[in-house]
Amino acid sequence: MSGIDKMRKPDVFVVADNVLSPLGKTTAENFGKLKENVSAVKQQHLPAISSPPFYASLFGKDEIFIKTDAPVYTKFERLLIASIENALQGSGIDTKDNKTVLIISSTKGNISLLENEQYHPELKKRIALSSSAKLIAEYFGFTRRPVIISNACVSGVVAMISGMRLLRSGQYENAVIAGADVISAFILSGFQSFQALSPQVCRPFDKLRNGLNLGEGAGTILLSTDEKYRKNIKVLGGSVSNDANHISGPSRTGQELSYAIRQSLHDADLSSGDIGFISAHGTATVYNDEMEARAIALSGLQSVPLNSLKGYYGHTLGAAGLIESIISLQSLKHGLVLPTLGFTECGVTKPVNVVASPLPTKANYFLKTASGFGGCNAAVVFGK
Amino acid sequence: MLLENYITSSCTIEYGAVFKDGEQLFENKGAGLPDFLLSVYQHFQLNYPKFYKMDNLSKLGWLAAEILLKGNFKKDQYQPEEIGLILANSNSSLDNDIKYFDSVKDIASPSLFVYTLPNIVIGEICIRNDFKGEHAFFIQDTFDADFIGQQVNYLLNRNILKTCICGWADVLQQDYKTALFLVEKQKNENSVLFSAGNMDNIFKP
Repeated sequence: MSGIDKMRKPDVFVVADNVLSPLGKTTAENFGKLKENVSAVKQQHLPAISSPPFYASLFGKDEIFIKTDAPVYTKFERLLIASIENALQGSGIDTKDNKTVLIISSTKGNISLLENEQYHPELKKRIALSSSAKLIAEYFGFTRRPVIISNACVSGVVAMISGMRLLRSGQYENAVIAGADVISAFILSGFQSFQALSPQVCRPFDKLRNGLNLGEGAGTILLSTDEKYRKNIKVLGGSVSNDANHISGPSRTGQELSYAIRQSLHDADLSSGDIGFISAHGTATVYNDEMEARAIALSGLQSVPLNSLKGYYGHTLGAAGLIESIISLQSLKHGLVLPTLGFTECGVTKPVNVVASPLPTKANYFLKTASGFGGCNAAVVFGK
Repeated sequence: MLLENYITSSCTIEYGAVFKDGEQLFENKGAGLPDFLLSVYQHFQLNYPKFYKMDNLSKLGWLAAEILLKGNFKKDQYQPEEIGLILANSNSSLDNDIKYFDSVKDIASPSLFVYTLPNIVIGEICIRNDFKGEHAFFIQDTFDADFIGQQVNYLLNRNILKTCICGWADVLQQDYKTALFLVEKQKNENSVLFSAGNMDNIFKP
């Protein structure tokens, strides 16, 4: 392959998407609820998961998501199947085409299976993310080996960046990128042990923020280089960086997230002045939001309207990057930046322009950021 | 113009033995995994107190990276953002997940919970070496050298990275294996072409 061919950057179009959350089963249902300022984060009394009540965005326990009652699929897999199925409907993407790749993003997948039985070697196979990916690939008839990303809370953004790159490289023409996580005792107890959970609906970037809420959900985005989608919004650039500072605490300076932001703009051939709004990670932990504000200021984006959707969905972990990007795509299409539920007074040392009430926009481009354990940061840019 | 990259160093650890560039440097058969990992740490005279806090996956990957980079790697010729890591395994962090969830029955341990993500091993290697570039952790049922090769070539050939460590690090109870490759744009006297075939040859037990 020649060097020049390798450098080619064909346009990567967003073909269709889906958000499956306690707020709704389609992207449109979700955006409708968000416009009405409805949050899925509620106080939960679930003694089987946690003896004290806690705030989280969870599905009802009897929801089965897909029509089949085949016991082979776990809740995690059902979420992914339902989300992918809805996104594919009428999209024109052929999952059986060998130019179509499936990319799955999750932090913990089927880990809840550990909670019900003692570990034994067969359980290992059932928990493995590659087993879930195989079941999902078979359900839709994908012919190529699925790609699976498990990179903490940046998984969803990394999955989209990986999809964009696989399409740019020419190896594939279409990518079906889906992420999901299920909240169970395993994940909840961990965040409780870190004292990272807010005792109320979380308050991103606010002076009184005191931790995050967890959330369940799935998101799917379909990407293609096929010119028949050329009028669609494009994924324009992305970048990943590492803090090299601490495995569970973010960078003190925000320089590394800022590097990822600047690289994603460079990849998109844009400058900071082009960005119309930012969909931040905004978990509402003291340290995350402070680091993110520093990174945004360092990138010259401090006056750009910014929101966090964590007050509506909680932190949906491996799905978060997908869900929040897909909702922001709706913002771009409808010219409306959603507010940051829970935000009233700026509580970060580098002031950023947090959107507190619905904001009409003529933005052509937006930036999505994410950060997570292991010091990982990721940024992706979408635009018309 | 062909863009070729080179495996300038490799390190594999499995079955109680450590290999660098195909040469066995250490062997300790018969020890359990934690004791084996400690014996590797001691044999190579490493001094890094954080090692003791790591889970077995991070210890394994971190040790392999230490041995991989020992000697001829010239870190100073790269900026921190120009060095990246692309790793994969099949069991994610399940080895530590089991230990963490056992702790929950008593009192959930935050120091175990933080290792319930496979990409923490990347974080540990980055912290040790001040590597700040692109990284990703993929889950694969078996080592997919073609895919890893393509990911790394994308990053190197578009100058997103100048050098990249890639490969495999997997632990589940007493089963473990790591194979790391240092990929650079310039060849050296020991290097082989960076290709899926050459990775598979080194990966093979």
